[in-house]
Amino acid sequence: MVTGRQRYGHEVGRMVSAREVAEAVADPELPMMTLDDLGILRDVEETSGGGVVVTITPTYSGCPAMAAIRADLSSALHAAGYAEVDVRTLLSPAWTTEWISEKGRRKLAEAGIAPPGTAPVRRSGPVPVALGPSRKRLRCPRCGSGDTEELSRFGATACKALWRCRTCREPFEHLKEL
Amino acid sequence: MSSGNNVHEPKPSSDDTPETPYEEVYAPSSGNAYEALNEGEDPRWAYGTGFADPLAGVDTRVPEGVDRTDLAAYCLMLGDDALIMSHRLQEWCTRAPELEEEVALANIALDLLGQARLLLARAGAAEGAGRDEDALAFLREAGEFRNVRLVEAENGDFGHAMARLLVFTTWRLALLDRLAGSRDPVLAAVAVKGVKEVAYHRDYAAGWVVRLGDGTPYSRERVAEGLESVWPLVAELFRPHVVELRLAEAGVGVDPAALREEFDAVLDHVLSAATLTRPGDTVTPEGGQGGRAGTHTDVMTGLLAEMQSVARAHPEATW
Repeated sequence: MVTGRQRYGHEVGRMVSAREVAEAVADPELPMMTLDDLGILRDVEETSGGGVVVTITPTYSGCPAMAAIRADLSSALHAAGYAEVDVRTLLSPAWTTEWISEKGRRKLAEAGIAPPGTAPVRRSGPVPVALGPSRKRLRCPRCGSGDTEELSRFGATACKALWRCRTCREPFEHLKEL
Repeated sequence: MSSGNNVHEPKPSSDDTPETPYEEVYAPSSGNAYEALNEGEDPRWAYGTGFADPLAGVDTRVPEGVDRTDLAAYCLMLGDDALIMSHRLQEWCTRAPELEEEVALANIALDLLGQARLLLARAGAAEGAGRDEDALAFLREAGEFRNVRLVEAENGDFGHAMARLLVFTTWRLALLDRLAGSRDPVLAAVAVKGVKEVAYHRDYAAGWVVRLGDGTPYSRERVAEGLESVWPLVAELFRPHVVELRLAEAGVGVDPAALREEFDAVLDHVLSAATLTRPGDTVTPEGGQGGRAGTHTDVMTGLLAEMQSVARAHPEATW
């Protein structure tokens, strides 16, 4: 029997590793981003029996994309010829936007989404309440102006907020620091 | 799609599934309409992903020296708080005053639902009786829920929603922050993530309480009334259940009595910016030990009837 893996290898002229396949899977909510760009892929291990164990870390507790990502990983690896695919969850250490690659940040900006700034560092003692408007300043991903404002702290997905540029007047999304 | 590629796809429940004309028309290669759905370009939204367990692959062993019944009960407490609060927030969908606030409330509800799923799955694993998150969320009666009564109270207006959300998030953030040091690695991980999420929720609620309190006489009246109405449910948040005490002792849980000081400090800070004052504590009408012991207010039955209706109508359905 010709396995899918061998077929895949013939098509592209070389064997493709499970890690390469997993890294190239796109995020369903941010399709310009691969799982590698997003930094949620913790480990890809090929087993002796021709299977793969993939370990991913969730972004937000309730992010509905996680189930789709698991399904997409499973589907892509099966298509590449891996018979057994086990997608595991690793909760700790928690994902942070610091794990988004430079390439990922560029792709976000190119897609009109302002990439996250530096994730806040937790100081000792109780978490302080932030009252008043956001003091964050973002650069408009469309025109580059720094004259922008936050419209809404929450957006179309758990990971985004809604902003507006006062110069080009366009609204834009921002991937929140976490 | 040829052999070898589709081993992951859901199989028909039995080989003798009767054929229907649809299968011949739309799915000649797979012999089953359900499988045919999965062969499309984008199978995700057709019927779910087949990945139901939010703790898939996570080590859910119970830490040394911890009673698994206690751990299961404790996870239910924290999971039910999140689940029922999420449900009340979901009820705002299509009812919020502005689209931005609707999106905000739905996002907060979604984060809490995510926390609930992890905690209920953890409870099911610790219990070891084969109940998954769905069984725990949808097939328990009111008396088996262990959430505090603050979260089950019926929605009022937006002022009430912000007052309750401020109280809830301030309390839960203080709790999760301490739980991040739990000896149970799953609880600790859920808490570390939850702290960041709930801090964001609290900033949102605090911002609105300040805007409403320090706004027009009418907005001030609404949020002040909201605060008065949730306040009788506040004392219960800090009254420990025996399970909470035992797990706090074991280094796994948090004694809620220890949260009061931080809660009061945060509330006073926000309320003073809102030119409001903290209502005086009133004695909660007691019934047993409150929500943690399964004693709920009458509205819990109606809430569950709606939340559980689909799952109970289709007990064998998969999502």
